[in-house]
Amino acid sequence: MTETAPAPQNQQPAPDARRPKTLAEKVWDAHLVQQGEDGAPDLLYIDLHLVHEVTSPQAYDGLRAEGRPVRRPDLTIATEDHNTPTVDIDKPIADLTSRTQIETLRRNAKEFGIRLHSLGDVEQGIVHIVGPQLGLTQPGITVVCGDSHTSTHGAFGAIAFGIGTSEVEHVLATQTLPLQPFKTMAITVEGTLKPGVTAKDVILAVIAKIGTNGGQGYVLEYRGSAIRALSMEGRMTICNMSIEAGARAGMVAPDETTFAYLQGRPHAPKGEDWDAAVAYWRTLPTDDDAVFDAEVFLGADELEPFVTWGTNPGQGTTLSGIVPDPATMTDPQQRESAERALQYMDLTPGTPLKEIKVDAVFMGSCTNSRVEDLRQFAAIVKGRTKAEGVRVMVVPGSARVRLEAEAEGLDKIFTDFGAEWRFAGCSMCLGMNPDQLAPGERCASTSNRNFEGRQGKGGRTHLVSPVVAAATAIRGTLSSPSDIEAEVLV
Amino acid sequence: MEPFTTHTGVAVPLTRSAVDTDQIIPAVYLKRVTKTGFDDALFAHLRQQPDFVLNDPAFAGGSILFAGPDFGTGSSREHAVWALRDYGFKAVFSPRFGDIFRGNSGKQGLLTGVITEEQVETCWAAIEAQPGITATVDLTTTTLTISGTSIPFEIDAYTRWRLLEGLDDIGLTLRDEPRITAFEAGREAWRPTTLPVGDR
Repeated sequence: MTETAPAPQNQQPAPDARRPKTLAEKVWDAHLVQQGEDGAPDLLYIDLHLVHEVTSPQAYDGLRAEGRPVRRPDLTIATEDHNTPTVDIDKPIADLTSRTQIETLRRNAKEFGIRLHSLGDVEQGIVHIVGPQLGLTQPGITVVCGDSHTSTHGAFGAIAFGIGTSEVEHVLATQTLPLQPFKTMAITVEGTLKPGVTAKDVILAVIAKIGTNGGQGYVLEYRGSAIRALSMEGRMTICNMSIEAGARAGMVAPDETTFAYLQGRPHAPKGEDWDAAVAYWRTLPTDDDAVFDAEVFLGADELEPFVTWGTNPGQGTTLSGIVPDPATMTDPQQRESAERALQYMDLTPGTPLKEIKVDAVFMGSCTNSRVEDLRQFAAIVKGRTKAEGVRVMVVPGSARVRLEAEAEGLDKIFTDFGAEWRFAGCSMCLGMNPDQLAPGERCASTSNRNFEGRQGKGGRTHLVSPVVAAATAIRGTLSSPSDIEAEVLV
Repeated sequence: MEPFTTHTGVAVPLTRSAVDTDQIIPAVYLKRVTKTGFDDALFAHLRQQPDFVLNDPAFAGGSILFAGPDFGTGSSREHAVWALRDYGFKAVFSPRFGDIFRGNSGKQGLLTGVITEEQVETCWAAIEAQPGITATVDLTTTTLTISGTSIPFEIDAYTRWRLLEGLDDIGLTLRDEPRITAFEAGREAWRPTTLPVGDR
């Protein structure tokens, strides 16, 4: 049967240069190859395509089957991260299927002319650490990757979002994506964070407030004095977890902090190009009279170190609190979900969170594995010994982060503490490599998802900041940095 | 992609909310480099529980899934769609889907229809009364029929059109290739490239 294209559904007005716009709208409009009509999506140009071994093999197969080349290898970069081992990286990968996946990426990169940073290369690492580190992630660009945490790159004022493998193939073939426009949501965080309260606590509090589906269909723009005061690393942590609130993307307007981070990086513009780029980047922040589709406000001064107690990132509360009682929840779905979560987590309502013992501490992932995160962790554990029986893994986000940390002597602090200092990769965030929890093991983790089985089948995850992870590694129970007499860097 | 017009098959109740893509297919199954053969990986951890719905012989050959709200949230893994498809599912109904999952489904011919929570519960009740009962999905009328009850479902018009026609996205986009070339001609020279820095 044949039908004509669908009738108008959510027709957008033509882009109008004079209309006040949000940051997201400005970047979107600057990338319109074609405006969708009659309910059809817009066709958006993609400036930067990041590729890794897990979500790409089938995309290359698709290209091969159709005889299509990669349209812009010069806007594409690949790295190995999800499967890579974090020890013995000079030996062949023991897991045969992991090895096949890595070898497939290497073959595809060679065949299609894609720049690849393989295990052992100084630029290898988690794709979301590598892009910013090289200066490839820049304000006002569009970034995609077959990974939901691509939202990380929005910290630079880019539109950055995760895509599925069919879309990976689409971008490889056309350097564009058909997309319906996102709605815009402002998340304004005003005030000053208390010592020991980090960007991670801000985003966990945001997710607890709006829920794991609160951001659905939106691009979130984080604003306000508390966001402006954050480093690029902190902004990346926040944007990284936008997907955990259901949003495709998160953004922070570029400012002097952004420019200072970028200047001098290998792929940042240079000379006159730099001046032209900065002049353009300064036009990107949301216009004063622009209107968001939704707004959320959060006071920074009241925030406390946060921790999740359940099996989705919205099931969290302040670390000084107790395990909640599902019986007090009025929404039946929320109650059912909490009951199931507490059963999986083996937790009893009313238990003070700080009494919960952990078996492992994982310091790493695209959320918190930049050198600033490692410094925060190191400042607390320095000169101490980890709690007995607790396994502590520190996994840098990239090979370069590892080198930077070693140049500062952080590796010595970690190993003296009793932690394992490992090579770069996604590691125990999702347990695709051998770094996994055993069934029933409980972990304080600086990663982004506390889903059932995420860190290993039957593993139990509490999401925390690097400083809470450090304090927990010292005491063996979920702990706040204020429970330890230590210098806190944040 | 095969066009999708109507489908009749065994209705399967998944009576939980917030089934993220890690639950649909755990990460250890993402290591394959093929696009098919993921049927054994579908709900792999949950299937180890004897009372999990897919272990109930009444639902053998199930092809229409009725899930609670927030189905397919979290990770972007398209493998979640491949696993559902390879198992034999043609359509999933839920009051709310994860955005990326829903987009991925549309590209693989898996229909995702939104119905209300009450309607999902109606379907669950109908299935509970007659386990193994079939349902019929009609995409031309965007109606779902189960146990004599007709329920309208929501799907965006563009995805519906592509499913009905069985259209491939890349082919559609490449029809407008000259526009892409024209756009590229206007891009600022200072925009980043991934070429090794010395080669610029």
